[in-house]
Amino acid sequence: MVKGIEKYGIPVVHMATVVPISLTIGANRIIPGVGIPYPIGDPLQGEKDSYKLRLKMVKKALEVLQTPVTEQTVF
Amino acid sequence: MAKFRVVHYINQFFAGLGGEEKADLRPEIRDSVLGPGVALKASLGDDYEIVATVICGDNYFGENLDEATDTILKMIEEYKPDVFVAGPAFNAGRYGVACGTICKAVEERLGIPSVTGMYVENPGVDMFRKDVIIVETGNSAAKLSAAMPKLSSLVKKMANKEEILGPKEEGYHERGIRVNYFADKRGSERAIEMLVNKLKGEEYHTDLPMPVFDRVEPAAPIKDIKKAKIAVVTSGGIVPQGNPDHIESSNATKWGKYDITGMDRLSADEFTTIHGGYDRQFAMQNPNVVVPLDALRQLEKEGEFGELVNYFCATTGTGTATASAAKFGSEIGQMLIDEHVDGVILVST
Repeated sequence: MVKGIEKYGIPVVHMATVVPISLTIGANRIIPGVGIPYPIGDPLQGEKDSYKLRLKMVKKALEVLQTPVTEQTVF
Repeated sequence: MAKFRVVHYINQFFAGLGGEEKADLRPEIRDSVLGPGVALKASLGDDYEIVATVICGDNYFGENLDEATDTILKMIEEYKPDVFVAGPAFNAGRYGVACGTICKAVEERLGIPSVTGMYVENPGVDMFRKDVIIVETGNSAAKLSAAMPKLSSLVKKMANKEEILGPKEEGYHERGIRVNYFADKRGSERAIEMLVNKLKGEEYHTDLPMPVFDRVEPAAPIKDIKKAKIAVVTSGGIVPQGNPDHIESSNATKWGKYDITGMDRLSADEFTTIHGGYDRQFAMQNPNVVVPLDALRQLEKEGEFGELVNYFCATTGTGTATASAAKFGSEIGQMLIDEHVDGVILVST
């Protein structure tokens, strides 16, 4: 799906926990997720801290979308 | 004669310990034969003994690759196996990655021959085909009995240090290794035969298959984030309650587009997940851990980016054929281009 979208020239940031799979499928901009059942946030730390973490990760995703890359990069 | 010693690796599910709720299980080793090990033992016969079974939860392994590998290697080493077997993992992605990772480590670090089995579309195949022998299996555990003779034949050859033949002969995934041999016919004759068969529209086999590089060039970054239009896509199976498009919980054949106009967050009353490949309790309590609408809305209000597209796209990424995923990507990409989207956040579980 990542490649299917990126081939139109839209940058895609892949937020995924199992980074080796993301690398194999060919994502170019990768942010490691927190856990498989909760890639963005950590419910085990309570809602408040989980949200803070999510906010931080989404901000990072926006930065990554503004970052030039020439090859597959894990941020 | 002493029996050959085999150690077997399986996940929590095949050990009968539980499904996704047990996927965080830490590695353990037992002096017993479990799950598919029973069929493996029967297929191997009396000269072989499965001396131990390692069990590890798929999530624990996936989230702690290095640590889990080290722990499991220590466990395996103590049992001094002649051959190590993992899986088969069929079409289970996380399990396939675990099997491939451990087999590779066992061969490289312990010097013990290893074999696993997977369905052709398991991501573990492309990740590890060059490193380890991966027997071709069907896409589910129902195909276990068909895979077992191939698996046990390779175990026996490895134990006896016999020559392992090519992928077609032994039934494993091609590894991209070339082996010299004397052909019956010289090159010019083979070339003419191939050409004639090709012209007749009949089957022919090239001497030198070309590798397939399926890569997309990184797209240019967003220049002006303050004006950028952002869209969210997920393979984590987040859908409105009731799953109106009937997206499958595994091996999805479609994706859905869901309106989020005027919403500050994804409410658990309105959205859920139908993904059949992870423990859904967290995403059901708070779907924003997969589609981070709450955080995106805050950043949108604060002017950190231009605007969020007023829908998200979702499908289920577990067991889904790569051809289907490519098609979904193309369809979604076309729609987002028409919408003048500048960047996409794609979340996978």
